[in-house]
Amino acid sequence: MNRIWKALALLASAALVAWILYPAGRRPELTIATVNNADMILMQQLSSEFEKQSGVKLNWVVLGENVLRQRLTIDISTGSSTFDVITIGSYEAPLWGERGWLVPLDDLGADYGYDDIFDVVRQGFSYQDRMYAAPFYAESAFTYYRTDLFGKAGLKMPVQPSYEQIRQFAQKLHDPEHNVYGICLRGEPGWGQNIAFISTLVHAFGGRWMDAGLKPQITTPAWAEAVGFYVDVLSKYGPPGATTDGYNENRALFANGNCAMWVDATSAAGYLLDPSQSRVANTTGFAKAPIAKASNGPGWAWSWGLAIPTSSKRAEIAKQFIKWATSRQYIATVGERFGWLRIPPGSRKSTYEIPAYLQAAPFAPLVREAILNAGYTKSGESVPFVEVQYVGIPEFQAIGAEVGQEISAALAGHATVQQALALGQAEAEHSLEGRFVK
Amino acid sequence: MTGEVAAKPSRQLHSKSLLAPSVGALLLWMVVPLAMTLWFSAEHYNLLSPGKTAFAGWENYRDLLTHRALWVAMGNTLFLVGLVLAITLILGTLFSLLLNQDFPGRNICRLLVIAPFFVMPTVSALIWKNMLMNPVFGLFAWITRSLGFGTIEFFSSMPMLSIVVIVGWEWTPFAVLILLPALHSLNPEQMEAARLDGAGPIALFRHIELPHLLRPMAVVAMIEMIFFLSLFAEIYVATGGGPGLASTNLAYLIFRDALLGFDVGRASAGGVVAIILANIVSFFLMRVMGRNLEDLR
Amino acid sequence: MRRIRQTRWGLAVAVWAIALGMFFPILWMFLCSFKTEIAAVAVPPKLFFRPTLENYYAVLQRADYLAFARNSVLVSLGSTLLALALAIPAAYSMAFFPTRRTRDILLWMLSTKMLPAVGVLVPIYLLWRDLGLLDTVFGLILIDSISVLPIVVWMLFSFFREVPAVILEASRMDGATQTEELLHVLLPLCTPGIAATALLSIILCWNEAFWSLNLTTVKAATLTNFTASFSSPEGLFWAKLSAASTLSIAPILIFGWMSQRQMVRGLSFGAVK
Repeated sequence: MNRIWKALALLASAALVAWILYPAGRRPELTIATVNNADMILMQQLSSEFEKQSGVKLNWVVLGENVLRQRLTIDISTGSSTFDVITIGSYEAPLWGERGWLVPLDDLGADYGYDDIFDVVRQGFSYQDRMYAAPFYAESAFTYYRTDLFGKAGLKMPVQPSYEQIRQFAQKLHDPEHNVYGICLRGEPGWGQNIAFISTLVHAFGGRWMDAGLKPQITTPAWAEAVGFYVDVLSKYGPPGATTDGYNENRALFANGNCAMWVDATSAAGYLLDPSQSRVANTTGFAKAPIAKASNGPGWAWSWGLAIPTSSKRAEIAKQFIKWATSRQYIATVGERFGWLRIPPGSRKSTYEIPAYLQAAPFAPLVREAILNAGYTKSGESVPFVEVQYVGIPEFQAIGAEVGQEISAALAGHATVQQALALGQAEAEHSLEGRFVK
Repeated sequence: MTGEVAAKPSRQLHSKSLLAPSVGALLLWMVVPLAMTLWFSAEHYNLLSPGKTAFAGWENYRDLLTHRALWVAMGNTLFLVGLVLAITLILGTLFSLLLNQDFPGRNICRLLVIAPFFVMPTVSALIWKNMLMNPVFGLFAWITRSLGFGTIEFFSSMPMLSIVVIVGWEWTPFAVLILLPALHSLNPEQMEAARLDGAGPIALFRHIELPHLLRPMAVVAMIEMIFFLSLFAEIYVATGGGPGLASTNLAYLIFRDALLGFDVGRASAGGVVAIILANIVSFFLMRVMGRNLEDLR
Repeated sequence: MRRIRQTRWGLAVAVWAIALGMFFPILWMFLCSFKTEIAAVAVPPKLFFRPTLENYYAVLQRADYLAFARNSVLVSLGSTLLALALAIPAAYSMAFFPTRRTRDILLWMLSTKMLPAVGVLVPIYLLWRDLGLLDTVFGLILIDSISVLPIVVWMLFSFFREVPAVILEASRMDGATQTEELLHVLLPLCTPGIAATALLSIILCWNEAFWSLNLTTVKAATLTNFTASFSSPEGLFWAKLSAASTLSIAPILIFGWMSQRQMVRGLSFGAVK
């Protein structure tokens, strides 16, 4: 018995000694929080260059998007100065900028190329015309489709398809016997998962999340039509168990050859065209995101950017890093070092003028167009807010989650579309009443 | 003979002195967050508008209790706890009985059966969700399709049951870990005598093994109940609470309020409701198993 | 004789089937860690494939595994030691000097554990921040020990109750003080039980993900953070996640297997002394 205690004590002391002796650095340090998307991981890899250049030691905290966002929100809203550089999206940036939680980034220097950034992207990161996050990459949506399957069936995908055409294509190409499903769409509940797609769909049918007075519009006819279409098409021509298919699963399905069509973010393009990651690298075609009634509604516009919390004590060094990571030079370095399919896309106009990139990425012009047309809606007179595939109010995460869950119930056949929308409307109203309104 | 000792007066003093620092520490650890939770539950406090805190009184509770989602979540919680408890206890006993027999490779089998308990819950859920139960590239789908049964959409058509399967897989090893040694410690002479008297295996089980196991089963039940009532990781990873509210339990609902709505007030109220629910459940559990927890006479 | 052997073999087959079935998901994950990403999501699932070490390489290159592992070890051991230090005196008093309060205290301790961590996240976060405990190993040890304390107390209490009073009476007759009685008589008797409880606590702390994700960033991050960093809603990661998970599970699995006999010996309730 004594031996066990002695062993434990020895182990504990050894651990303690190791801990104390662990080398502590004397160089200035930056703590960076980022998501584990491919582009950010690349940034982490390349950051050793920045460390050499500047002599700053970088500490990385890498997490999945949802967990990261929760972590960052708690951190920044309580004013805890844990991070120096944070990776946030166009949803949080204006909200947090408004609350004075982020350092404005309008002073990164004349050589930064502010005008080179797409307007819609810059808008997404600004509040009252001050930029609170520097864009790292941006995406919109388009339609991926299998050129081989279309060819075999004698079908042609127009550059601008309509949802009705999509439905017909899905019907003709649905072949579950051979594990090919007509269409893959996001079904997993979440404000950044199924709701991202459904918002775009609703907009295409002429609907909106909120009216000018911030009253939810979920029980309007446009919603009923849009969600009815979604549930109908996905349950008939989609893969089984679609309610657990989010972005990742659908990307895997398409890359594995199981989907004839997929409407989702443009950022999947590089991955799908890479033969080491995708079985359909040579048979993937691109078209614009489908439309229905409204051809000019708000589209899908999402950007990831780097920002600095005001509670950080190393803002100046952080700015250096951000300038480095979001510059034209960085994009060029990635392209030359790792291949042009892997550059962070969609943030700068100049990216779409690089010949090598245009050659490697045939979908690039479509992406550029999609971003230019994404159209942020700034609605409301008394209460301005932004509506794209999300609504730029703090309650949206919860509202989106709740509505997303209800719609997934309809998709799974546990509820009718009417019931799902009615419940979603009730939840949305509940979330907005009594709580503070922006 | 267990440690029931009449406390002599001088002992009383000493016992308090030993008890005091540890219970004092426990009190501090536990009361402080508990008190903060109670405090916040009576406040309108949203992280995204930290300046607009206001006293809420009962409003958060009223809000919560009139919300349909809470009752669905409570029902799901009870369903989950009850079913997984039953499964782990039954399977745990069965596996323990089997592993208690003598056969080649018994020790290795024991290792294999216990292994799932060491895996991180998030990883377990991911394995089951993506590798096994995924309706397109999961193993089960491939098996059922090859056998001509089509595809079972686990998380769409039976979300709660799927979670039950995952948690059952994780925690049955725990039951085995506690029940198997108890079986080992059975007096072999007793068993021999009964066998010689002509008792068959079922009678042996009912009259000797089972009563002996009731005590450790109670321990398993209590500990598992604590964990199952606040089960979160598996639901978060596998179903996101859906479809609808089908797999939303109380902990997930609180998570939605706390980390999606950033409404600390309502989340705290949810936490208090969770504790009350937990106390009710444990009260009933104690009643059912009180005999076997003679410690708490 | 033959019938017994037949049932023996029948039994062996049945139990082996069950054991392999239980272990299979872990084995499958282990296999996936050696596949390429495409192969990992292939349909039909590949049982035979060309193994590669690229996932392990990528994972180890991306994050400092040893730092995370070190923190996991420190936190698990530290929390367990702290919990034991607090629980042993408490359990001793409750087992041998039960008052009317005993039952209430035990139940209350258990009920505090039933508060879902999510509900108390913000209060704890604020408290830890104000005490300067964020991103410290000590801070994580504190919260983890709070989390396991009720269970440790409960289990120790159950073990101590097993000890016949006569033994302690005998030592008291010999003039032992209370501390001596505790340290030199009770603890040695109950070492298997205490060891088993400690092992259980180590496992629970090792797999604790919620607090380490929320209360640490860089310096005190544990293997659960490490694993979480490979799980993403936007990025195919399945083979890499398998590799990362295998690396996180391996230490505790091996440790658990090695100490399994100790656990089995110690977790005997109602053992004949």
